[in-house]
Amino acid sequence: MSSSVSITLNQCSRTFAGGNTALQPLDLQVNAGETLVLLGPSGCGKTTTLRIISGLESPDKGGQVLFGERDVTALPIEKRDVGMVFQNYALFPNMSVADNIAYGLKIQRLPRAEIAHRLDEVMRMVDLQGFGERRIDALSGGQKQRVALARAIAVRPKVLLFDEPLAALDAKLRDRLRIEIGQLLRELGTTAVYVTHDQDEAMALGDRIAVMQAGRIAQLGTPQEIYHQPANAFVADFIGAVNCLDVISTRADGGLVVHGGGLRASHLQEVSTVYCRPEDIKVVPLDQADVKGKVVQSIFLGQTQRLMVDTGGASPLQIEAPSRQRWPNGTAIGLALHSSVLFHPDKPTTPVNAKEMANG
Amino acid sequence: MKSRLRFTLQLSFTLLVCLFMIVPVAMSVMAGLTENYFVGLESGLTLRWVNEVWQLYADTIWLSIKLALACLLITILIGVPAAYGLLRSRRRWANALEELLLLPVAVPGLATALALLLAYGSYREFRGSWLFILVGHVLFTLPFMVRAVLSVMQTAKLPQLEEAAASLGASFRQRFFGVVIPNCMSGILAGALMVVTLSIGEFNITWMLHTPLTKTLPVGLADSYASMRLEIGSAYTLIFLVMVVPLLVAIQWAGRLTEQRR
Amino acid sequence: MTAASKQPSGAASYLSRPSTMVGPARRKRFIALFALLPALVIFCAFWLLPFSRLIMMGAEADPSSGISAYLTILTHRQYLISLATTVGLSLVVSLVAVAIAGVAGFFLARQRFFGKSILVAILTFPLAFPGVVVGFLVIMLGGRQGALAQASLWLFGERWMFAYSLAGLFIGYLYFSIPRVITTVMAACDNLDQSLEEAARSLGANTWQVTKDVIVPGIAPALLSTGAICFATSMGAFGTAFTLGTRLSILPLNIYGEFTNYANFAMAAALSVVLGVITWMALSLARRLAGGNLGASV
Repeated sequence: MSSSVSITLNQCSRTFAGGNTALQPLDLQVNAGETLVLLGPSGCGKTTTLRIISGLESPDKGGQVLFGERDVTALPIEKRDVGMVFQNYALFPNMSVADNIAYGLKIQRLPRAEIAHRLDEVMRMVDLQGFGERRIDALSGGQKQRVALARAIAVRPKVLLFDEPLAALDAKLRDRLRIEIGQLLRELGTTAVYVTHDQDEAMALGDRIAVMQAGRIAQLGTPQEIYHQPANAFVADFIGAVNCLDVISTRADGGLVVHGGGLRASHLQEVSTVYCRPEDIKVVPLDQADVKGKVVQSIFLGQTQRLMVDTGGASPLQIEAPSRQRWPNGTAIGLALHSSVLFHPDKPTTPVNAKEMANG
Repeated sequence: MKSRLRFTLQLSFTLLVCLFMIVPVAMSVMAGLTENYFVGLESGLTLRWVNEVWQLYADTIWLSIKLALACLLITILIGVPAAYGLLRSRRRWANALEELLLLPVAVPGLATALALLLAYGSYREFRGSWLFILVGHVLFTLPFMVRAVLSVMQTAKLPQLEEAAASLGASFRQRFFGVVIPNCMSGILAGALMVVTLSIGEFNITWMLHTPLTKTLPVGLADSYASMRLEIGSAYTLIFLVMVVPLLVAIQWAGRLTEQRR
Repeated sequence: MTAASKQPSGAASYLSRPSTMVGPARRKRFIALFALLPALVIFCAFWLLPFSRLIMMGAEADPSSGISAYLTILTHRQYLISLATTVGLSLVVSLVAVAIAGVAGFFLARQRFFGKSILVAILTFPLAFPGVVVGFLVIMLGGRQGALAQASLWLFGERWMFAYSLAGLFIGYLYFSIPRVITTVMAACDNLDQSLEEAARSLGANTWQVTKDVIVPGIAPALLSTGAICFATSMGAFGTAFTLGTRLSILPLNIYGEFTNYANFAMAAALSVVLGVITWMALSLARRLAGGNLGASV
């Protein structure tokens, strides 16, 4: 649709008047046409980064923002040709839906016919046909967000920016809109930067994810890389649930002794903890188990259930079990942890394929 | 560039408006404190005008203070329960009642005073006492106390606090004095400042209700503007300002406190 | 089995249903009423009843015209002129005050600079001045020995005054109106949703367009509301005009004159009621526009 540009941030930092450093000097490259998600807890600097890209804020001295080859650092937002979607929609209450969506086009002084044509096109894309004359306060949350979306894409921006757009909606609506936004982004092919604190959203929408913490990027990678190869303890802990098993000692044959049993992990030497995702731990008969323990709690989650297993360590292991099984508290349970699912942030692993796992 | 120009223009405009506000006040203060108004500062600073004012009008100042404090007492005694009553009433009644209480404010002071005179003017004793003026002041300031207290009660989610206290066994009396009152202190304070400031400055009602024996500060001011020389009027105005400006500052400061708390 | 206990419908059901208020709920209503009693008693005794009497008194015959005072107001030229003058003056003052204070207030709400709080203080502290003091200040500016008179005397050899004419009244009303508008405008600007302006800017709007399309519509209710408050305050202003010793015919002075000089209670009452109704309507409008929030002072 529109020509998309790459975004480059060079050494952009931001310290606010009160002394609060929201962003450490940051280098970031967003490829043309890709959707980059900025993910992290509140206060990590993701919104600040987005606002610097948008032009609503300027980086501290020395920082540079480039759209493609063009240095836009000195340009205010109204000159950067971006489309922005806000968390609280920011729809103009005194205008109708159509007027809201067409606002940017009116500013650009497009001929009336062109405006009408784009309105049509864009409202079809967000599934709001026929809503043109409605007042803003008569819309539901989901409808409002679609109007905000339509307004941002109507101007055919080079860059689309999303500031936690789904945070104010309830869970079911969020799921649905997430899918629609994902499809829209693929259809448009515009470069997009999306800020969220919701990991599911991040992994569903992002071509790449930048996990941020305390003003820095903790890891930048594809959703698979982030999830299966977290670069540090923060990312490992932030994304999904993770079990940390303390290594008590190393056996002569290289096996690792942990609470409740032992593990084989040839790629993990000289580590004090071993990480493992709950869904990667298998429940097996006690005589085949790597680790043995006792169920202390079972939490029914609908499509699956989470079991907390006490192996004698500091905190219980979280595992996932099929939701229809019954595990009364106190039951002994055997767990298998294949070496391919064990990891440590500092020790990079190669991606695993299914065949290897079966043999393990 | 363009925004620089705009800023300067707007700043100049605002400064002009500020000048409009403050120049006459400054002039009046000067006139009240200098020997000779026409000569200005060179004639030297003096307190003789202030002294003269005190000789002539001290009783008006005392009466105004007395009225303001009495008004405050009554509005607290009546207004705080009234605010509580409004809080606990159904929405429509509460709105209607508050509108009703606001009528003495919505209608010009003259009308309120006239109504009072025609209804109770024939009771000589009452008519000639300062209580007559007090009634007018209470009618005018009560809605401000009620609103100030009510809005704090609403923000503090008082009904929920009371329910929590009741669930723990507190009786009505314990709840009212242990939960309700302490939690709307800031509202009472804001209302109190408002009531005192309004009472001290009230003229429209007071002028119609006063007698030569019951003159308040603003009434005295009107007198002095009409019959006394400029310096006396200025010095008298100065005294009024000295009384009222700290109250205004206190109102602002109290308002900022409630903002922070929220 | 038939449905023995079928609820009757409509009004009958309301009456025949057992009382919904039992125990605590009933006590609650009782307490509310009890708490409101002192305020209501004072109000009825000292305002409601007297004012009702005032309304009735206004219907009595005016001594000079022989017909009801209300009718006299509507038919006699002098009162109509007075009404028109008061309304006209109040309207013009409100418009000018909103314009001036709107610009200044918006500027102060948005900009941050050294000395800003001093400027804000200067612009808002006249809020507490009674009309008499404002009148006096107008005399200081434009009276016989006022600033303008001295300047003109020094420059041109003759005294220029404005204090005792319509201009003086106008300046006085403007003086107490500006602080009211400024506080409201500043509060309204603070309450504006920043993200709306950011959204407009993200779509390419420049500062002028953002002001026109987002900010002005956003603070319009507050501007209208405070304009209505200015109107009501100007209509009922007495102290200012009294101090300026105006011989201009405005309603508050008329009321005072009829009562004090002519002992024409009927006319004074009628004029008061008419004035009261107008100011009450203006303030109700203001309250509706502002969403129920009283400004600094009404």
